[in-house]
Amino acid sequence: MSEQTLHHPANLGHHFDTLDQQHSANVLGMWVFLATEVLLFGGLFLAYFVYRTVYHDAFVEGSHHHNIVLGATNTAILIVSSLMMALAVRSAQTNNRRALVLFLALTMVFGLSFLGIKAVEYKEAFDTHQVPGALFQYEGERPELARQVEMFSLLYFAMTGTHAIHMLIGLSIVGFILYRSWRGKYNAAYYTPVELGGLYWHFIDIIWVFLFPLLYLYGRHVAVGG
Amino acid sequence: MATITLPRREHYLNISYGVRSWLLTTDHKRIAILYLITVTIAFALGGLAATLIRLELLTPEANLVSSDDYNKLFTAHGVVMIFFFLIPAIPAVLGNFLVPIMIGARDLAFPRLNLMSWYVFVIAVGLGIYALLTGGVDTGWTFYTPYSTSWANTRVVPVLIAGFIAGFSSIMTAVNFIVTIHKMRAPGMTWFRLPLFIWSMYATSLVIILATPVLGIALMMLLVERVLRVGFFDPALGGDPLLFQHLFWFYSHPAVYIMILPGMAVQSELIANFSRKSIFGYKFVAFASVGIAVFGFLVWGHHMFVSGQSVHAGLMFSILSFLVAIPSAVKVFNWTATLYKGSISLQTPMLYAIGFIGLFTIGGLTGLFLASLATDVHLTDTYFIVAHFHYVMVGATVMAYLGGIHYWWPKMTGRMYPEGPARASALLIFIGFALTFVPQFILGYLGMPRRYHVYVPEFQVLNVMSTAGASVLALGYALPVFYLLASLWTGKSAPANPWGASGLEWETSSPPPTFNFERTPVVVAGPYYFRGPITEQPPAKTTVQEPGGEVH
Amino acid sequence: MPGIPIMPPQASTMAWRVDAVFFALSGLSLFFTLLVFTLVIYFAIKYRRKSENEVPEVIHGDNRLELAWTFIPLGLALAMFAWSGIEYINLNNPPANSMEIYVIGRQWMWKIIHPDGQEEINQLHVPLGRPVKLTMTSQDVIHDFFIPAFRVKADTVPGRYQTMWFEPTQVGEYHIFCAEYCGTQHSGMIGTIYVMEPSAYEQWLASGGRTQAQNAPQISPAQAGELQFATLGCAACHRPEGGGPAPSLVGVYNSDVKLEGGQTVKADDTYLRESILAPAAKIVAGYPNIMQSYQGRVSNEQLDQLLAYIKAQAPAAPSGSGR
Repeated sequence: MSEQTLHHPANLGHHFDTLDQQHSANVLGMWVFLATEVLLFGGLFLAYFVYRTVYHDAFVEGSHHHNIVLGATNTAILIVSSLMMALAVRSAQTNNRRALVLFLALTMVFGLSFLGIKAVEYKEAFDTHQVPGALFQYEGERPELARQVEMFSLLYFAMTGTHAIHMLIGLSIVGFILYRSWRGKYNAAYYTPVELGGLYWHFIDIIWVFLFPLLYLYGRHVAVGG
Repeated sequence: MATITLPRREHYLNISYGVRSWLLTTDHKRIAILYLITVTIAFALGGLAATLIRLELLTPEANLVSSDDYNKLFTAHGVVMIFFFLIPAIPAVLGNFLVPIMIGARDLAFPRLNLMSWYVFVIAVGLGIYALLTGGVDTGWTFYTPYSTSWANTRVVPVLIAGFIAGFSSIMTAVNFIVTIHKMRAPGMTWFRLPLFIWSMYATSLVIILATPVLGIALMMLLVERVLRVGFFDPALGGDPLLFQHLFWFYSHPAVYIMILPGMAVQSELIANFSRKSIFGYKFVAFASVGIAVFGFLVWGHHMFVSGQSVHAGLMFSILSFLVAIPSAVKVFNWTATLYKGSISLQTPMLYAIGFIGLFTIGGLTGLFLASLATDVHLTDTYFIVAHFHYVMVGATVMAYLGGIHYWWPKMTGRMYPEGPARASALLIFIGFALTFVPQFILGYLGMPRRYHVYVPEFQVLNVMSTAGASVLALGYALPVFYLLASLWTGKSAPANPWGASGLEWETSSPPPTFNFERTPVVVAGPYYFRGPITEQPPAKTTVQEPGGEVH
Repeated sequence: MPGIPIMPPQASTMAWRVDAVFFALSGLSLFFTLLVFTLVIYFAIKYRRKSENEVPEVIHGDNRLELAWTFIPLGLALAMFAWSGIEYINLNNPPANSMEIYVIGRQWMWKIIHPDGQEEINQLHVPLGRPVKLTMTSQDVIHDFFIPAFRVKADTVPGRYQTMWFEPTQVGEYHIFCAEYCGTQHSGMIGTIYVMEPSAYEQWLASGGRTQAQNAPQISPAQAGELQFATLGCAACHRPEGGGPAPSLVGVYNSDVKLEGGQTVKADDTYLRESILAPAAKIVAGYPNIMQSYQGRVSNEQLDQLLAYIKAQAPAAPSGSGR
């Protein structure tokens, strides 16, 4: 493979001069794209902060309806999956194809577990009428908060739903890279797609790290302290 | 050096033929042509809606169309012109064609992404136009809630999706431009040797990257609210309609700069090259672009001075809106000063450029009336606004777009257009534009609200004047379609540099080869240098503009 | 009517103050426009290209000039901001002795409620020389109460109260426009404001206005339903003569309706009610399922009125007219 990279690299686009140039262009492209993703979630975060300010009590109450154990488990799972992804990139850099395949597969396993737990949570929300819209029922002590709690759960579903869609996209990307790694397409000289997939995966992870406290932990200390 | 002279030089247009070779191309120049065709169709459809609107407004009563149809017409006009014409026009057509050539690259950084952006755009346009033709939407292009979510009985959903998808297309183009400009400049092409076209495209791309996703999510929230009847924005469902306006204008004000910055990009090229002068105050103009891009993000609240936002917020947004006018003024002064002691040729592109200065100056200055709080209260939501944004977005941007199309037409097609009809169309557009929109400034000051199907009789005289002007304008816009198309068959062959202009694009043949240059150029001079080529010329090679070409 | 109108009447205390800012900005704009136009045209003629190969001397710029044309416009802009901002604050600070009137916007009319409970539709009577403060909201979508002659305007937002104020300075009749797009009849949502001499206003208050309200004929539920039918936008699709995107409702009551899928159902109260609240439940054959639910958007009273109106449209009635 080294002779491949020396003179006429197969992986080099016709419009680039060197692999280095191509690699740094690709990475910059991904970062720029992630900037738009941040702003996409930004709209939802803005809505969340506006309504949390206005409907404070309802948001404290709404965040109590969600299962903190499942949420925390999911957070841990996602962080571990990010570690797997980072190790996968490392394996590609060190030319270790077997480790690359293994870590990518583990990334997917953890990613799928996350979605599985998420599905359990969604089902629970359906069963307890936490879903905004026609099915929503409020059973708390302050009926005047019903509409506001519904707003919280709307934001919960909008934010975690948008995140879940990104997870699905991320899983397809990782799946594709896994397939290509298994076919031996990546090596220490050319691993750009692995790195890009990794950037995207870490981004999804970071979004969740913000979502978790906002949606599960807001006002928790009130409950714990009595 | 064994060279064989072929009877025909190979370039990007004749290297392959057939529909497939176009629909599967990754050549930025061919994609630019695909975009050119698509946005021209969109412009024609949007123009048709405008024609019907102006005809209906000839009389105060409803004669031509019903109120519902009128509301659908102005919505269609706005949606098509903004999302499907103005936003993509200059970046996706001229930008796509020129960004790689101007910096000496063989293509954009992500050619397949570039093609995908066109397909995504076509899907958006198709969906949008399908929805507008089969039922239509009557929310206005602003989609204000709760009307759009709870009350409108029209095809809001597909149009929202179309807007969302169109956003992806812009984002793909913008990512491509940013990475290309950063990473793919030819040797010697330093940042301050970049043509101002590139600076403005770069600024535009930044705005697209940061603003478009916010519109995307706002449209999706609207969609969820409308389809599932759960409230983000409708007060009846616990939401706040002003939140939508904030999210919407956080994109849609910068979107104005997405539309005008590319116009300024073209403008700088035209002014410099047709007066054969370096742009006066190059760095000031370059940083003015970036300044506009940055300040443009902080002024969205000036659309909401009468919406119930607090007085303090109003004051903040007002002062910021006054500030954003300054870089625009700096640009106008610099363009004017560039003409000083130049060698000015009044060929068609320059006529458009001078028209641009005129219309943009008026458009920009009338913007101050709307940045200014007390006058905005009276003028907002009236025809004054309509006239103002048409001056900026249509007057200036379309002037620049057409100027650019004429200027680079020989490069894009290898043919010269006829000078006579081209000058006539530039003149018709300028005059028609003033006749159409000056009466609307007065109508707005008199208090005629926008989006009015019927109006009180005292406004009729000015409306008739405006419609009369619009017919001149329509003629001016239609004319180029005919003579430009005709020039493809009847036009003279274009030399590599028909204008005596400066820039990398003029140092390759017309039309350029698929990879833009025979060999990677090495840039040795700054932009707008007219005393010789700006690239290091290979010693033995000469004349690229001969009809026959050379192949090694 | 001679000539072209160029200026709206100045009929409030704020009108000339806003106009002063307007004319100052116009003056500045005119100056800069003429400056730029003159220079461009002068340069274009004076420095026109003499020969094809002419290359003029290189001028890169001049920092003093750049600073001048950055900071002079900046100073002017800040001055205009301050002046206009002060007037805006004035526009937002109603005098303490203002009389208070409530305004409710809804598709597509303005309902005005005077402090003593007197109501007007699309009309507002106010006395000369007394500040009036409007407290405004909307029942449905966003509207905007705009009086050009007074240079005031404010959105009426559902779920919020907005205020604005004015002090009329000229007796006369002036337009009220809805300036925020609100649906089909947006351009019909207009009214008139009557500025009266204080004595005439007292008289109006004591007699005319009140008697009008009291003697207003009681309208039947069917007539109220007809109004609902128009304002809710039903009439846009359910056209009496048919041919719209939805079936005509003339004579539908108690008739047999053929549904998508072949069944037939009798159009009784229950069916009509369901069709308004859950239109997708039963789709009339040959019409698309495009109607949205009015659940939560019409009160029971409104629903009864709508039903009364639909029932009143007898099968033989000559296309809904004559009532």
